[in-house]
Amino acid sequence: MTVMLRTEGLAKLFVLHLQGGVRIPVLRDVDFEVRAGECVAISGPSGSGKTTLLRSLYGNYRADGGRIWVRHDGALLNLAAAPPRTVVAVRARTLGYVSQFLRVVPRVPALDIVADAARDMPHEEARRRAAALLSRLNISPRLHPLPPATFSGGEQQRVNLARGFIGDRPVLLLDEPTASLDENNRDIVVQMIIEAKSSGIAVVGIFHDLVVRRKVADRLYEITPLQDAA
Amino acid sequence: MTDDTLLAARGLTFRFGAIPALVSVDAELWPGEVLAVVGESGSGKSTLLNVLSARLRPDSGVVWYRDPAGELHDLHAMPESTLRALHRSDWGFVHQNPRENLRMTVSAGGNVGERLMARGARHYGNIRAEAIEWLSQVEIDPGRIDDLPRTFSGGMLQRLQIARTLVTHPRLVFMDEPTGGLDVSVQARLLDLIRSLVARLNIAVVLVTHDLAIARLLANRIMVMQRGRVVEAGLTDQVLDDPQHPYTQLLVSSVLQA
Repeated sequence: MTVMLRTEGLAKLFVLHLQGGVRIPVLRDVDFEVRAGECVAISGPSGSGKTTLLRSLYGNYRADGGRIWVRHDGALLNLAAAPPRTVVAVRARTLGYVSQFLRVVPRVPALDIVADAARDMPHEEARRRAAALLSRLNISPRLHPLPPATFSGGEQQRVNLARGFIGDRPVLLLDEPTASLDENNRDIVVQMIIEAKSSGIAVVGIFHDLVVRRKVADRLYEITPLQDAA
Repeated sequence: MTDDTLLAARGLTFRFGAIPALVSVDAELWPGEVLAVVGESGSGKSTLLNVLSARLRPDSGVVWYRDPAGELHDLHAMPESTLRALHRSDWGFVHQNPRENLRMTVSAGGNVGERLMARGARHYGNIRAEAIEWLSQVEIDPGRIDDLPRTFSGGMLQRLQIARTLVTHPRLVFMDEPTGGLDVSVQARLLDLIRSLVARLNIAVVLVTHDLAIARLLANRIMVMQRGRVVEAGLTDQVLDDPQHPYTQLLVSSVLQA
């Protein structure tokens, strides 16, 4: 299958200027790839840099070395060297991300938040799909017109998931997508990931829940913690 | 500069006496994009906004603007009359204090209609219909169309200013702390309004704000200014979540978590 995402020598170092310029290397020489229809689980002990890797893949953290190749509109593009405008376009069409926290404009209804994340879909279709996804994730239609600020943690995470899945983007990055979900909702998310894979979507995720990981992941990518070189 | 760059600034410098307000600032804006300029007060962000919108002439440097026909113009070399025409139609400016833009002795509908008339609209019925349409777009009861702005609350005045600005469908809007001085509940409503109108009408925005949370919610790209210099610029969430410059790290770490 086609390579959708590949890193070459990816490195990430944090320099904390407010703490006397202490340097914290987190990633070094990360080489990994994920192909269409495949799910790679990033694993490693707490603090080893799993989330740092996922955020770097999304362009949320700036890579300090190496390349991040993403198949965007049919060709491989180095996200690590792409100007901001290109990253925005890659995220709009190619790269989806489900974070652990929902960050949205206050007062915007859950349905609109999800519908707005759809790709170039007509407005009405986006709203229909958003409603269907939210309902599938057990967010009752009664809640769709409400802003999610007052929702429970699990409900907010499911709004976030709906937002990540609605665009059918070819590469999906998931940061602990089932962390605050009960068993029933967890199984629904597992099913959604399996369906995404069979439609050819490449998935990279952090799954602390080993049951979930066994069900969705084809391979593990193990991160070994770097020694502090400070 | 690319073929579709809407606005580009190169080497802008401006001094207030001995105080440098802009020190070799470069900036670029593309159609439909929201660019936030952040920094503390006195960092030069409002000066930059005024220079980019030709309200202030830089000591040196140039601002290029691409007109709807695709032609580039040196903004500060344009005749005053052309600039005024730009400000009346193709551009908009949203001030922190709506009273700077609104005419307080003219009705709400008149404030919206006036900009249409300045652009050449003459048919009273059409102007009034469009004013009503825009009042409802910004969630002001069209029944208030004949009321004077001084009977409006601060949040309503700000929404009226936005209606007056957007009625001519500008391609480029400059905003100076558009939600500053408003209650947080009113602020949230206004943010939602700006976000949806800007996306729907595909307007490019230069947004000056000291509030990093507002920049995160509205802007695709961000520029961080300190003492007249751009110390960091890039993708909004990358700059805020992985700040590289000591000053940006300080700004981000100083934000109170609600």
